[in-house]
Amino acid sequence: MATAAPMIGASIKRKEDGRFITGRGKYTDDINLAGQVHAAFVRSPYGSAKVNGIDASAALAMPGVHAVYTGADLKAAGVNPIPPGWLHAGIQIGDRYPMAVGTARFVGEPVAVVVADSAALARDAADAIVVDYDELPAVTDGPTALSAGAPQVHANATGNVAFNWQLGDADGTDAAIKGAKTVVRQHLINQRLIPNAIEPRACVAHHDSANDELTLYVTSQNPHVHRLIMGAFVLGIPEQRFRVVAPDVGGGFGSKIFIYPEEVVACWVSKAIGKPVKWTATRSESFLSDSHGRVHDTDVEMAFDGNGRIVGLRVNTVANVGAYFTLFAPAVPTYLYGTLLSGQYDIPVIHVKVTAVYTNTVPVDAYRGAGRPEATYALERTLDVAAGQLGVDPAELRRRNFIAPTKFPYQTAVALQYDSGNYEPALDRALTMVNYAQLRKDQAAARAQGRYIGIGLSAYIEACGLAPSHVVGSLGAQAGLYESGTIRVHPTGKVTVLTGSHSHGQGHETTFSQIVAHELGCSVDDVDVVHGDTSKIPFGMGTYGSRSGAVGGSALFLSLQKVKEKGRLIAAHQLEAAAADVDFADGKYFVKGSPSRSKSFGDVALAAYLAHNIPSDMEPGLDSTTFFNPGNFVYPFGTHVAVVEVDADTGHVTVQRYVAVDDFGNVINPMIVDGQLHGGIAQGVAQALWEGGVYDSNGQLLTGSMMNYALPKAEFLPMFETDRTVTPSPVNPLGVKGAGEAGTIASTAAAANAVIDALSPFGITHLDMPLTPATIWGAIQQAKGGK
Amino acid sequence: MAQVQLTVNGRAISRDVEPRTLLVHLLRDALGLTGTHVGCDTSQCGACTVHMDGRGVKSCTVLAMQADGSTVTTIEGLSTDGSHALQRAFKEEHGLQCGFCTPGMIMSAADLLARNANPTEHEIREALEGNLCRCTGYHNIVKAVQTAARTMQNA
Amino acid sequence: MYPAQFQYHRATSVQHALDLMAQHGDDAKVLAGGHSLLPVMKLRFATPAHLIDIGRVSGLSGISESGGTIVIGATTRHADVASSALIKAKAPLLAEVAGHIGDPLIRNMGTIGGSVAHADPSADLPAAMMALGATMELTGKGGSRQVSADQFFVDVFQTALGSTELLTAIRIPASSGACAYEKNPDPASGYAIVGIAVQLTTSGGKVSSARVAMTGLGPKPMRLAAVEAALAAGADAASAAAKAADGIAFIDDARGNASYKANLARVYTKRAIARAMK
Repeated sequence: MATAAPMIGASIKRKEDGRFITGRGKYTDDINLAGQVHAAFVRSPYGSAKVNGIDASAALAMPGVHAVYTGADLKAAGVNPIPPGWLHAGIQIGDRYPMAVGTARFVGEPVAVVVADSAALARDAADAIVVDYDELPAVTDGPTALSAGAPQVHANATGNVAFNWQLGDADGTDAAIKGAKTVVRQHLINQRLIPNAIEPRACVAHHDSANDELTLYVTSQNPHVHRLIMGAFVLGIPEQRFRVVAPDVGGGFGSKIFIYPEEVVACWVSKAIGKPVKWTATRSESFLSDSHGRVHDTDVEMAFDGNGRIVGLRVNTVANVGAYFTLFAPAVPTYLYGTLLSGQYDIPVIHVKVTAVYTNTVPVDAYRGAGRPEATYALERTLDVAAGQLGVDPAELRRRNFIAPTKFPYQTAVALQYDSGNYEPALDRALTMVNYAQLRKDQAAARAQGRYIGIGLSAYIEACGLAPSHVVGSLGAQAGLYESGTIRVHPTGKVTVLTGSHSHGQGHETTFSQIVAHELGCSVDDVDVVHGDTSKIPFGMGTYGSRSGAVGGSALFLSLQKVKEKGRLIAAHQLEAAAADVDFADGKYFVKGSPSRSKSFGDVALAAYLAHNIPSDMEPGLDSTTFFNPGNFVYPFGTHVAVVEVDADTGHVTVQRYVAVDDFGNVINPMIVDGQLHGGIAQGVAQALWEGGVYDSNGQLLTGSMMNYALPKAEFLPMFETDRTVTPSPVNPLGVKGAGEAGTIASTAAAANAVIDALSPFGITHLDMPLTPATIWGAIQQAKGGK
Repeated sequence: MAQVQLTVNGRAISRDVEPRTLLVHLLRDALGLTGTHVGCDTSQCGACTVHMDGRGVKSCTVLAMQADGSTVTTIEGLSTDGSHALQRAFKEEHGLQCGFCTPGMIMSAADLLARNANPTEHEIREALEGNLCRCTGYHNIVKAVQTAARTMQNA
Repeated sequence: MYPAQFQYHRATSVQHALDLMAQHGDDAKVLAGGHSLLPVMKLRFATPAHLIDIGRVSGLSGISESGGTIVIGATTRHADVASSALIKAKAPLLAEVAGHIGDPLIRNMGTIGGSVAHADPSADLPAAMMALGATMELTGKGGSRQVSADQFFVDVFQTALGSTELLTAIRIPASSGACAYEKNPDPASGYAIVGIAVQLTTSGGKVSSARVAMTGLGPKPMRLAAVEAALAAGADAASAAAKAADGIAFIDDARGNASYKANLARVYTKRAIARAMK
C-alpha cells in the first residue's frame, strides 16, 4: 500500500554515507582486539614447486615472534581442504589445503604463516623463513595445459581436465550449421581479470578459550556461507560457537564471496596460540591471492539463414580455472555461462561445450558478472563480426533476431525460461539517445578525414537474482540460494531489519529502509538495517549475482505483509470492526468508509507488545521472518552503445560517449541503481580497453601490481548517459530485477565492438582484449601491409 | 625508536615510532584515525590521502619522520559532522558506494579546490588521477566535486 | 607494506649529509621527498640499513635566477616547479613536464632532485633536463662539480653521481616558450611509455637550433640528434620527426614491439615539435 509520498522509486540519499564521508566507517582492518598478534604469510615464488622443507629457526628466534606453522602442521591437526560449493558429474577436485602440503601450485600460494607482535615484525619474520623448493615445470594457459605432455597440476585430473560439461542439442546444432546459408566463425579470448576491490582482504580471528567460541571478522560478501563452510567442512567448529562478522566491506565484485586460506589459518592459529590473530593483505598479495575472473578461450560458430536470422549456435570453450576450485568456480563457466548463450535472440538450437582446465595460476572464480559477461561477449562480438560478413547494420541484425515480445515466457535452447522481456524499446531508446543515424553519417565524414570513430552495440540479457534453490540444487549447487529477511517491529513502532544479504557498497541500509517505509508508511529514519553478523541474522546466503533486491528485498517485503496483517487483526480487534473491513494506508489502520476510526501503526505495535488488548488467540509481539525462495531467476536486459575514437597513428582509444538503456524492472532507488550501473560500465569498458592479467609460461604474474595492471582512472572515462525501460519481473513481489552486474555484462562487448567498428576501414574484424594501443597499432600496420 | 611530534586535526601529538613507520600507520595504528585507508602498496590508489602542511599527500608514501613538525589534516579533521561542502556533495550526488576510497577522494578533491576553485570536468578528472575508485565509475564523484565547487564559491 | 628496518638520519646540512654518506657508504640511501625510494622500500626491493633524510636541509629547496640561469634546489617539489612563475616564464618546458609527473598528490611530495637522481628510464624529468641543457650540481667532500644532463644519465637507474656525492641543485639556461612535452602515459603507472621534450631556439620566426629528448623507450633518456639537426637545417615537424627513431635499437617488451616503439618516437616527436612551433 503506497503512502502519500511513495518511498519505492525515490532517490533517497544514502543513510550509510554519514559514517563514510567522515572517516568513521568500520572496515575489518579498522578492528583491533586486545592482545592481538599479526599474521604474515610465506608464499610460493614458483608456479609449481615441491616443498622439501621449511626452516623457521631464524624467524622463531626473533623477539616478538610467537609461532610459525606450515601446511603440513595444519593438515596434521585435522584441518581439511577448502571445498568448492558446486559439483558436476565427473569433476576432479584437486584438494586445496589452506597452506601448501608437499606441492605449491601457483605463485602466491601460502606455504607457511608466522605470527608476531606487529604486522611489520611478522613480515620481517616471514622474510627470514627459508623454504627449500624444487621448482617444477608450470603451465599457465588453458589450451596449453590440455596439450599432450603438459605439466600435470593435480595427479587426479588427467590431462589437467577438471571436468567436461555441455548443454543443448549437439546433433541439432550440427545439422543447423551444416544446412545454414552463412556460418560465421570466430575465436575469442576473454582475458584474465584481477578484481581489485579497493579494500584489500583482511580478517581478525579470536578464539575465546573460556567458552570455546570463535569470532571471525572478515571481508566477506556472505558471512553465513563463510561460517557454514569453514565451520562444518574445513575447521570442524560447531556453528553455534562460531560467529562471523562482515563489517563495512570496501567493495567485493565477487572476490570476497570465497573462503580463503588466510581466514582459515587465522582462525586455527588463534585457537592454537590463544590470542586474536589479524591479517590484512597488501595489494601485492591481493594480486596473487584473490580469485581472478574470466579466462576463457572460445570458438563460436553462428549460423544464419538467407535473411540474417540465426539458425544455430555452437560454442566451445576452454575455461582456465587456475590451480584449485574456489567456491563458485565450477558454476561460473557452466550454468552462469552456457545458459546465457541465447542472449536476447530467438535461436532455435544451441550447443555449448566447456572444458574446465587446471593451470598453475591463481584460482579463477566469479568476478562481477561471472560467466554472463563471457557469454554476452561471445554473442555480441560474434554478432558484430556477422554483421560485417552479412553486410547488415549491427543494430538491424540484432533487431531481426530479437525474441518477439509475444513469445514470453520464452524457453531458450539452453535451459533457461525468460520470464518477461521486450527488447526493441531499449534498443530504440539507446539508438535515439546516441542519435545513431546521424552518428553513422558523422562516422563516414570523419573517416574521409582520416579520423576513426567507432560505434559499438551490446544487447545483453542477464540471469540473476540467484536463485531457485531446487533448480540450483539439481544442477550441482551444494547449498540453497534463498534469502532470509526479518522485520522486527519495536513497541514504539520503530523497525529493525535483519537481512541475510550483505552490503559492500550497494546501499542496502537505504533501499531496504525504503521498502519498509513504503509498506509501513513510516520514515526511512525509523528503520535500521542490520546485516553481516551471523550472531544477529537468522541465516543468509549473502550478496552476489545481483540478488539482494530481488531475493533479499523480497524476503523483507513478505515479512512486512505478515507484520501488516497481524497489525490489521490487532487494529480490527481494538476498533471493534471485522478484519476484512480494516484497511491500512499512510501508516494507519482504519475502518473502510470511516477513516476517523483509526489506529496508527505505532499504536498497534505498542498494543502488540503490551498484549493487554489483542485477540485472545494471538501471540504478543510484532515481528516476522521470511525465507524467500524465488521461483525463477530475474532477467534484466538492455542495449548499450559505446562511441570511441581510435588514433590510428598511435592506436590510442578515447571513449567519447557511453549510452546505456537498461530494464531492471521496478526500481527501488533510481540514484543507487544508476550508481551501480556506472560502476559496472567502468569495469566492463576497462576489460575491453585496459585490464588484463598476464602470466609468463613459468607461472610468474607479470601484472602483479597497480603499476602494471591498469585500473580505470577518472580521466579515462566520460560521463555516462543512461535511461531505463521498465518491465516488472513477475517472479518476485517487488517486480525488481538485479542491477549490480548489468553494466559490466553489457559494456565489455559494447566497447570492444566500438573499437573494432572504428578499425573496419582497415579490414580488421576482430582483436582480442584488452585493446591496447600497441595491439591496435600493430593490427593496423598488419592490415596495411596486407593490402 | 624515534620521537615524532606533529599536529593532527588541530591536536598536538607526540609518539615514539620505529623509523620505518609510514605516516598512514602512525595515523591509523597509533592515533586510531582509521578514516585514512590503505588500498595499495605502490602509491597508486590514493585511499591514504591526507593534507600535510596544507597539501594533499599520499600518507602511505611519507615516513612519519618526514611529517615531524608538520600539521596534518585527515578526513576526520575536515569536519566531524560531515558538514564540509565536499562531504555533503559526495552524499548528495551519490559519489560513494563502498566508502573505502571516499576519504582519500574527498581529501584529494579538497586539495584540488584549494588550488582551483572552479575546475572544469576535465580538470577534475585529471586532478583525481591519483585516486582510484572501483565502485562509481567516477561519474558521480565528478558531479560531487562540481557541486562542492559551486557551493564553496557561493559561500 | 612495511619497509625493512633502517636507521633514520636527519641531515641538517649538506656537509652533514655528506658525512653520513661517507660513514655508511653503500648501506645508506638518500631520502628527499621519498616518492621514488619509499615505494621500492615498501615492497622490500630496496632494504637500505640507513636512510639519510635531506628533506630539511636549508638551502636545498627553492627556485632562483642569476645571470640568465635558473637554479633549482634539489629538494624543490614538483608542484612548486610546475607552478613557479619564474619557471613558467623562463623555463616553460620544465613547468609543463613537472606538471605531468605522477599525479597531483605525488607532485606535492616528490622532488626534482630525487626524481632526477633516481633516473627511472620512464620518468618525465630526464627528458626535460636534456632538452633544456640542464646542468646537475653534484656536491662531494671536495666541493661541487657540474655535470651536463647529457653526461648525467648513464643507464637504467644509473647516473654520474658518485657514491659519496649529493645532487644539490639543477641549473637551467633561461629559454623561450618555443617548447613542448608530449607524453603517452602508461595507463597503470602513469609513467611515460614515451615522452618527447622539445626546446627550440628561434630567431626571426625560424628555428635556429633545437634540443629534442626522449624518455621511456630506452634504458635512459636520449637526445634525438638526427631530429635536432633536421630542425636546425629548417625541416618542418613531419620531416624532422621522421628521423626520431633513426639509429636507435628499440627492444620488444610488454609495452610493445620495437616497430611500435619506433612509431611512438616518431609520432610523439612530430606532435611535440608541431606544438612547440605554434
